[in-house]
Amino acid sequence: MTKYISSTINHFILSIGLLIMVVPIWIIFASSTHSSLFINTNGLQFFLGDNFIDNYSRVLFKQSGFFNEITALKMFLNSFVMATGIATLSVITSLMAAYGLVYFKVKYATFIFWLIFITLLVPLELRIMPSYIVMSKLNLVNTFAGLILPISASAIATFFFRQFYKSIPDELLEAAKLDGTNSWSFFIDFLIPLSKTMIAAVFIFMFVFGYNQYLWPLIMTTSEQYWTVVMGLKTMYGSISDRFAFVIMSMIPPVIIIIFLQKLFIQGIFQNK
Amino acid sequence: MKKVQFKSNYSQYFFLAPQLLILLIFLYWPIIQTFKDAFTMQDAFGFGSQFAGFDNFLFIFSDPSYFTAFKFTIIYSFVITFITGSIGLLLAVQANKVMHGKSTYKTLLIWPYAIAPAVVGVMANYFFSERYGLLHHLFNNLWGFNWYENVFDAYIYVIIAGSWKQISANFIFFLAGLQAIQKTVIEASIIDCKSNIRRFWTITFPLLMPTTFFLIIINITYAFFDTFGIIDTTTIGAPGSETKTLVYKAYIDGFKGLDLGSAGAQSIMMMIIVLVITIFQFRYIEGKIHYN
Repeated sequence: MTKYISSTINHFILSIGLLIMVVPIWIIFASSTHSSLFINTNGLQFFLGDNFIDNYSRVLFKQSGFFNEITALKMFLNSFVMATGIATLSVITSLMAAYGLVYFKVKYATFIFWLIFITLLVPLELRIMPSYIVMSKLNLVNTFAGLILPISASAIATFFFRQFYKSIPDELLEAAKLDGTNSWSFFIDFLIPLSKTMIAAVFIFMFVFGYNQYLWPLIMTTSEQYWTVVMGLKTMYGSISDRFAFVIMSMIPPVIIIIFLQKLFIQGIFQNK
Repeated sequence: MKKVQFKSNYSQYFFLAPQLLILLIFLYWPIIQTFKDAFTMQDAFGFGSQFAGFDNFLFIFSDPSYFTAFKFTIIYSFVITFITGSIGLLLAVQANKVMHGKSTYKTLLIWPYAIAPAVVGVMANYFFSERYGLLHHLFNNLWGFNWYENVFDAYIYVIIAGSWKQISANFIFFLAGLQAIQKTVIEASIIDCKSNIRRFWTITFPLLMPTTFFLIIINITYAFFDTFGIIDTTTIGAPGSETKTLVYKAYIDGFKGLDLGSAGAQSIMMMIIVLVITIFQFRYIEGKIHYN
């Protein structure tokens, strides 16, 4: 009997938690399926309306922005290119750098170690203005390289991979060395297959991180051609239901990724803790 | 690092080069620029600049709005850490106990984690708008809510907007932390201690200490840096500068006000704060808390 009561309490508390996390999004979603006229007279809605297809297709394909040069679809494409670029570049460079740090005798190893890891103390937000100046000196404003490179300049992934490599038993390398494996093929044939889960987890993490960037694209893109979804939210003008629809669409890619790959993601994080 | 290593004259540099190159150009160059800015004074028209010593630092310390931002950032990180940590822990403990629907709860509680802070801010904007806002109406009926004039109300606005998605992050890590506790420990503690609540505070919670401290750091970093998108889409620092975080203020002064010296000095002050937090983390947390 007490067991029954306590499990009811558990479910009750969890349901309140669910309400807090889900209802706000549901309300925005339900409101996004009504016409703007209806929202403007009746406020936010809890029940679905019948303008779903109208609103969403209008937002996806309509030209918007100050100069009407971009559609939401193009913004999604931009965000996708940016996020994939950031994830790919940081996975590759970090994987390699961590390998160099852990498996080699490096001259000035401590110095290089600090050179890499001290950067964790300086998030992009702290160097935003000088970064912009550097990018404009390099002529990278309004380019994908400009959107991608400074955000890939992060040692977080290197830190994860380094921890992971350190947890791999030394015997693996000893055995490989006995077989005459060189450093390059040890990296490609042994370490990368072993780190698959980690690579996937870091990739997901960096993808969502890149997709969710707001301030950097806001500063780096004066041309509407390079607008991304998350920054476009603030700059996009449209009727209220268009904006609701855009908010809902903007969260779909990262949310889908996290829901479907949550196991992988959590596993990856906890190999490191 | 490892006892067995490759010996090579150049391969290691080949592996290190791509990352070092990117860091040097896109991180160290701007950082050096930040330091240069912080110690130079530009004239109002941007024509010339001269070495200014610590003038920029003295300027921000004599600026009351810097202290407002400092005060707000501290309050904001403290409140967000406390709210999201305790709700996250409460939910994780319940989700760890239930037999049915565990994965449904988990999935639905996790996904706000993926939503960008700026998107959360835009959503909060609707709930707090005078015209449509449900929360605005609710609070307005309770005590006459007016966030663009009343500091306390503005705090409530940005705290709700800032906490919401971070509950998910805390939930994920606490749940994983709970699941990592070995079953035998729990079983043994059930025999020794009948009271659920006492058992939680004397056995489970101490075992969660590493997770808790890890999350405190995560939440503080979130409140310092990631909330930029939330502030910029909700109050924009209003009323006055009362809800500007340090990061937001540095951005406004540097990018909108074009005062590079002050923005540089503010960035350096923040680097020092982050450095202190990190040292604390390494010294205190990694050193002292080991239960395994």
